[in-house]
Parts: sequence; structure tokens; C-alpha cells
Amino acid sequence: MVLFDESYKALQDRLHSKDLSVTELIDEVYKNIKKTDGSIHAFLTLNEEAAREQARALDAKNDQVHEALFGLSVGVKDNIVTKGLKTTAASQLLANFEPLYDATVVERIQDQQGIVIGKLNMDEFAMGSSNENSSFYITRNPWDLNRVPGGSSGGSAAAVASRMVPFSLGSDTGGSIRQPAAFCGVVGMKPTYGRISRSGLIAFASSLDQIGPLTTTVENNAYLLQAMSGVDPHDSTSAAVDVPDFTKALTGDVKGLRIAVPKEYLDDRISEGVGAAVKKALVQLESLGAFVEEVSLPHSKYAVATYYLLASSEASANLARFDGVRYGERMEADNLVDMYKRTRSEGFGVEVKRRIMLGTFMLSSGYHDAYYKKAQKVRTLIKRDFEKIFENFDVIVGPTTHTTAFKIGEKINNPLTMYANDILTIPVNLAGLPAISVPCGLADGLPVGLQIIGKPFDEATVYRTAHAYEQAANFKFAPSLQGVTV
Amino acid sequence: MELKTHSKIFCGCSTEFGAPPNTHTCSICLGHPGVLPVLNKQAVDFAMRAAMALNCEIATDTKFDRKNYFYPDNPKAYQISQFDQPIGEHGYIEIEVGGKKKRIGITRLHLEEDAGKLTHTEDGSLVDFNRVGTPLIEIVSEPDMRTPEEAYAYLEKLKAIMQYTGVSDCKMEEGSLRCDANLSLRPYGQDAFGTKTELKNLNSFSYVQKGLEFEQVRQERVLLTGGVIGQETRRFDEATKETILMRVKEGSDDYRYFPEPDLVKLHIDAAWKEKVYAEIPELPDARKERYVNEFGIPAYDAAVLTQTKSIADFFENTIQAGADSKQAGNWLMGEVSAYLNNENKEIEDVPLTSESLAKMIQLIEQGTLSSKLAKKVFKELITTGGDPEKIVKEKGLVQISDEGALKDIIIPLLDANHQSIIDYKNGKDRALGFLVGQVMKLTKGQANPPMVNKIILEEMDKR
Amino acid sequence: MAEISKEQIKYVAHLARLDFTEEVEAFAKDLEDIIDFAGQLNELDTEDIEETTHVLDMTNVLREDVVQESLDREQALKNAFTQQDGQVKVPKVIGD
Repeated sequence: MVLFDESYKALQDRLHSKDLSVTELIDEVYKNIKKTDGSIHAFLTLNEEAAREQARALDAKNDQVHEALFGLSVGVKDNIVTKGLKTTAASQLLANFEPLYDATVVERIQDQQGIVIGKLNMDEFAMGSSNENSSFYITRNPWDLNRVPGGSSGGSAAAVASRMVPFSLGSDTGGSIRQPAAFCGVVGMKPTYGRISRSGLIAFASSLDQIGPLTTTVENNAYLLQAMSGVDPHDSTSAAVDVPDFTKALTGDVKGLRIAVPKEYLDDRISEGVGAAVKKALVQLESLGAFVEEVSLPHSKYAVATYYLLASSEASANLARFDGVRYGERMEADNLVDMYKRTRSEGFGVEVKRRIMLGTFMLSSGYHDAYYKKAQKVRTLIKRDFEKIFENFDVIVGPTTHTTAFKIGEKINNPLTMYANDILTIPVNLAGLPAISVPCGLADGLPVGLQIIGKPFDEATVYRTAHAYEQAANFKFAPSLQGVTV
Repeated sequence: MELKTHSKIFCGCSTEFGAPPNTHTCSICLGHPGVLPVLNKQAVDFAMRAAMALNCEIATDTKFDRKNYFYPDNPKAYQISQFDQPIGEHGYIEIEVGGKKKRIGITRLHLEEDAGKLTHTEDGSLVDFNRVGTPLIEIVSEPDMRTPEEAYAYLEKLKAIMQYTGVSDCKMEEGSLRCDANLSLRPYGQDAFGTKTELKNLNSFSYVQKGLEFEQVRQERVLLTGGVIGQETRRFDEATKETILMRVKEGSDDYRYFPEPDLVKLHIDAAWKEKVYAEIPELPDARKERYVNEFGIPAYDAAVLTQTKSIADFFENTIQAGADSKQAGNWLMGEVSAYLNNENKEIEDVPLTSESLAKMIQLIEQGTLSSKLAKKVFKELITTGGDPEKIVKEKGLVQISDEGALKDIIIPLLDANHQSIIDYKNGKDRALGFLVGQVMKLTKGQANPPMVNKIILEEMDKR
Repeated sequence: MAEISKEQIKYVAHLARLDFTEEVEAFAKDLEDIIDFAGQLNELDTEDIEETTHVLDMTNVLREDVVQESLDREQALKNAFTQQDGQVKVPKVIGD
């Protein structure tokens, strides 16, 4: 049964008319997962019993009332808490943790009759760009099982790319939705900071984190974002702004759209294949009536350092609660300080510890002003760069990553190299802007992502641009899933 | 100081005191993964009200910061507090010591969340998280106090003002008011302050004073023998009244403060400040003035009666219920205070009401109850409560002021005590006292003493 | 070239409650690299620039003082390693 290359609409029509029952659908989903995930390793925990229960309940309803996500399957990144369903953030420290509440996004999905299929693998506490930092196992890129799916939402991207679920949720602090979306050839959107509630998202860097959808099509993506958006009384940083109907923005019309391409984003660090695919996409957009012009974001080169200082600092405080006192895998000791140290040292992986050390150092007295405060100021400069561009342009377009997916083990040993990979995505988080990655072709058989950045709360224009391009380019590609055992 | 909000500062759990351990917690105040704080408006209003009552400048722009440290009673391993932009600054209160008035500056007042309660046992520590997230205001005074007595007066005044504003119960025994004290000495003539030590575990105002008294002497001894005062934190020992070294502070603790990203800033405009200001109840000094002017009681009495809001309220209610203000004041300052102090109770804890006190005072004025017997009635009212008139009747304490009734007792008595009459006429005054005493005995104390006196003398004259 | 001493690493590790192991000691090199890298921020004059602590221009998000139901004790202590008398138990606090 081909389930997920159909748009959500086609699938839902069948569910609403009872041509297909939710139970049948869920059965297929889990059958497919069992077949495919043995090779991909995208899932950490499956929610089978509860999902089937929900499916039965939905099938038993005889009224014609169908909420927006009726019967649709969603995979949830494992740093988003699900009540009663193990949530680990891919860390040994939370290996057996069962949350006592649902994240707001999960509540909203369930209120609209969507079904949580399972929890998806990630880099531990969202720290990483390859999924190699998961303390459980490495998720594989469905396009080439020897390559990384990207990170930190590697599981979310791989699960959608390999057609195990049509919708997944990821989180993005410095590119963690967009980069894996690019590596796996799917659509990944990081909304404007404040668009979606962070309540229930295990915090990495509070002023940068956002939850967002990953899907195979732009339409599906807009649909899920719609269902989850909106101010939340549980999140003081969620914005009380109207949520327009994002699907109505998918007109296919980009005539007169003003596209800015920062020269800093298309320099010689971009690989040939990526560069070619992105340039081709820009030509495509021009042929649809958009205007493309080169611009400059002069403070781009400072973004990585700024990001790492700020993100690590906030993370060092956010991860301090993992001390083994009230929950988590506690290591015994005969005194408190040793208990803290042993619990955290055993429970956290190397990358997490590295970032905690960095953040703690940056905030400690004597260094605070020189590093943390300075980075806060540079953040303002980066934000202003974007504001200036948006005075005269509607969207900013460029590649999502420098290269296509790299091999497992290739980059893991050099933190600075890993960090530098995020240069195209990081500035967006610093400025709090919405940005999407859409597939724009293949290079050496691996997907390339096109990044479209919009004005604050202007996801509509971002989606319009992405959708118009997607329809015109008309790629219908999916990984062949060779090497995936049956 | 704990603020009297119904719910906690960042979550909806109840702040009620005395609940069984860990029954007022939720994922937010337990610091579970993914939770976010949401600020309680009442906590902000109360903090503003308190700051205004202390004559502080209220910040127009203020924010919260994370204070990072590890401790089992601190679930997030950071406390949400205020670092460089507190809600109130540069205030003052006026105290009076030994008849002299003095102004003590308030450096700052800021809002923060409370930690849980830690109990140490032999083989570990136990944590109760009920208290986590209770809104607190921290008030820091300027180093303006010069004697332990001033410190005591400062605390008394601070407590009274806070109780009057209604933002806190200020009960040290319940932990709604906690205090640390810092002390330093310097040679006469030196401007710069000496090194200060911090005193902790001060569980009552009088312990604060005693702790400071001890520390003053200790530091003096050290300095005069050529020693140096270390930057120490010292623990007050209630048994010995001494301060004992806890730890030496090497530099300041590295709390790595940074602005709280999960809470947006507060912008307090003039309208908001006005609204809060209008809600401030009449404060002690204003009440004191009013009592002197309106009720005509002496300034000293007014000061004593306004020391705590509950007594002041009781006083006014007693007058409202019909009692004479001077009498009401006397009873409250005298018998009532004595009883409350002995029993270690507050006026809210006893069955005596302002109505019953007022009625009792009226009965005395009418002559129905003698001052002496009033004490018995009072005892009844304050221990078991009730209606004074009923008690007087039931216990047969109605004062006998009727001349006829008294004569019926006195004349036979005189008939039976010729010798006493002779003794009195011969100058032995004590004989009169004896006769009066006999009448009181016969009437079980109910006879009106001045009247008894008068009648005995009249009758003796006749003989 | 930034230089971080062993003492500094030890101090930071303690602040972060991490064991001072070989792995942690090795972070010194990473920290030095990142600090050097971060040094480029000093090329920028930020004298008159305000810090961005919140990327959205929002103020005054508050809630009413209404009591909500708490967790029952069993739930609250469900995830704790050990408990005693309805409270979470932790090893002895030594010294400070």
C-alpha cells in the first residue's frame, strides 16, 4: 500500500469516507516501520499500543466530525515530551524517563485527532549535526546507509524520507531541522521564533529553539504547521500573533517576488554539486517571474562564534537540572557532590559535556562580559543585517548546506569543523526568522536543499516561494531504499 | 519575605503553608524537562506594593535573571531571580530607638522564587519541594545601622510595614520572613567600612540582636589583639548565643548570572504604578498619626498599638463596637498583650473579639462590673470566649452598687464588730480595711469597693 | 593563542558538576580553539550596541493568581531514585 506520497488531502479523503479505516492505516504504518527501520534506525520508541487504541476510537466514531489531523501519523523527535511515553533526548541520563505531561504541540496534534506513532532519534540533547551523537545508535540516511541523515533531527528527517511516516516533528536551534531535511531530501521548516510553543521541548538554547515539521511536500508541511501554531499560555515567549491559513498561501504565483541571495552564502566553500543545484533553482524561480539579486549580510562570518557562545551558555544552565535528584538515571555515591558528578559524567555524552564546559566557562566571572555579553551584542548586529535586507526584499534564498550528506565517522572528531558546517543555517536562529529547506535536486545521487528565509511571522511567503518552486521543478524523487532489508 | 499570593510565582501550585510534603508540586516547579515559567501578576503587584511602602523607586524596565548553583532544594539548578535590574531601589524606612528617630536606607528590593526544604538525616538529606516557587522579595538595607538595637528596631518596623501592606504574613516561625545579618567594625575616625562577616540561622528578631551583640564583641576582641577579620559566614547558635564559623568566603560565589530567556521583560508604565499605589492600605506611621488625632490617645500609646496591624485593627474595631478609646488602648496594651506574650499567641488565635472586649469595657463604665472582677471576666473571654454580659450573670459577678443592698450587709457586720469600730475611731486605719475586706468576702467580691467604703464610714459616724 | 590551565578546567568542571577526568581535561584544547575562534568577535565595535536577550519585542506576559491542581505525591515522586517519608532522598551534603 502506497501511503505517503499522496498529499495529506488524498489520504484524509479516504479516511473520512471510510474507504480506508484508521486502524488499517496504522497497521500499515507499523508494518512498514518494522520492515524499514531495521536498517534506518530512525525510531527510539514506538507508541504502538496507544496508537492502535486511538485508531480504534477514531474508527468507532460515527459522526461526521473530523478534526484537521484526523488519523494522520506523526513521528515526534525524542526531545519533545510525551506523557507516559518514554522520552530520552537520546541521552543515557534519561534512558527510562516517562514525562508527566504532554508538550503543547503534542496536545494540539492529539486534540486534532492526529496519532503519535513513536519517538525519533536525534543527537543527544539536540547537540550535533549528524545524529552521530545519539547515545543509543546512529540513524542512517535512507539515500545511502553509510551516510549521516544530518542532525540533530536526523531521525525525524530519515523517517519521513524513508516513507515510514508522512509527518514528523523536529527541533531547530542552529539548523537542526533544515540541515537533516536537506541531507535526506525532504521539506523541513523552522518557523519564526515564538510561532510555536516551546512548552514540552527539552530546552537546549531557550532563545534559539523552535519546533517545526518535516514532510515530503510543502503542502503537507504548511498543513501541519497550521495545526500546531499559536500563542500558548504555558510559554511566555510564544507570540500572540494571528495564525494565517498557511495552505492558502500556496498559490503557485511568485511573479514580482523579490529574492535576495547573500554573496556570503554562495562562496567557494559550497561544493560544486550543491552550487549547481541551487543556481538552477534560482533560474527556475526567475522563470516564474521572481527577481533575483545579490546582496550582502556583512556579519555572517561572526554568526558561528556568536551562536556557539550563546547556545552553549544557555545550554549549560538548561542542562543543569539533570542532576539525578528528582528523575533521571542517578549514580550512587556516599556524598552529594560525587553523586552529581558521577550522574552527569556517566549520563552525558562527550559532545554534551564539551558544550556544558564551554558554556559554563563563558558565563563564569571574568569571562562573562568578554564573551557572553559580547556575543549578545553581535547578535543584534546580525539581526540588523537581515532587517536591512528585508526592507527591499521578500525572501532570502541560498543553499541549506555546503555539501551533501557526509559519511558516518567522517567529521565527528573535530568539533570546530562540525560547528562550521552550520554557518548557513545559524544566522536564521540568531535573528529568529522563519526558514525552510526544500529539495532542489541531486548531486552525485544525494539530495541538495534550497533554503528560503522569510521576514518575521511571514511563513506564508516562505511557503508560497517553496511551493511554487516545488511545483515547477516537479521532482518526484524518493530514496530507492537499496540495502534496506525486508 | 514570602508573598501571600494564592499560587506560586511561576506555576499554579498552591502556596498554602503546612501541607504534607510534596503535595503542592507540578512538573514546572519540579524542574522537569521541557517546562517553562509563567509569571504571576499578583507577585509583581505585591512586590511593587512592598517597594512603594518602603519608599523605593520603582523600575520602569525590569527583568529576571538566572542565578546558577547546584543544591537538592533547587530543582532547575538555577534560581530565577533579579540581578542588575531589581524592581525597587533607593528606598528607606524610619525607625525610633531610645526616643531618637533615624532613617535606614533600603538599597534594593527584588523578586525571586523560593527553594524547597531540606532536612538532614544521619544517612542523607530529604527534600520537600512544596515550597519551591513561592514568590519571595529580598530586601537589602543600606549599611546605616550602628547598633544591634537599631537592627532590632529596623526589623520590627519592616515587619509592621509589610504586614500593613498585606503582601506578607512575616512570620519567622513559619518561614515567611527570613533574615541574614552582616556586621563590620572600623576604628573611630575611619571612613571606610571594615571587613564584614555574614550571620545566618537567625530565627527571631531577638536572636538577630543577640547574634549581632556577640559578633560585635568577638570582632572587637580580634581587632584589638591585632588580628584580622576574615570574610566569613557564621552560624548563630541558639543555645550558646555565640556565632560559629561555617565557611570562609573566597571571593564571591560564581553564580554566572545571565538574563532569563524564558521570561520576557517587564515594562511598568505610570498607569500600572498608579494602580498599585492606590491599593496600598494605610501604613503604620499614618495610622499612628490618625490615632493621636482622631482618638486623642497619647503618641506613645499610638505607637505601641500600631506595632502590628492585627492589634491596630482590633483596637479600631473595639472602638467601633462602642468602647472608650483610652480604655480600649489600656486593655490591649496591658492585659491582652501580657496574655498573648505568655501564651505565645497572636490576637487572631484567641477567642476574644473586639465586640466582647468593647462590651466588657462598657459594663465596667456602667458600674455593673468592678475593675477587679473584670479581670476574671477577661480571663474567661480570652481563653474560652463568650458574651461578657452572660458571663457576669452566670458567674454572679454583677457588682453590687445598690446602697440598700449594701447597707443590709454592712449594718449587721458593724453590729458584730464593735471592736473594729472602736479601733478605727482610735486612729487604727487598718480596721477600716478589715471591715471592707469582710464585706468583699461576704459578697464574694461583688460589692462596689468605693461605695462600700463610703457606707461603712457613714454608718460608723452614726454610731 | 588562548591558554587554559588545568586549574581553570578543574574549576569549571566543578562549577558544572562534572568529574575531572582525562576526557574533561582534554576539553582544554577545544575550549582554547573555540575561544580563539570567538576572539574574532573582538574585531567588531559594539560599544553602542544593545544586547539581544529576546529576539521578539514582547513585554509583560503575565498570568492571574489562580490555583491549579498539583500532582499527587505518588506522581511527583514517581521518577525519583529513592524516597523516604514522602520526600526525595539524596546522599549526605558534606561541607558546603
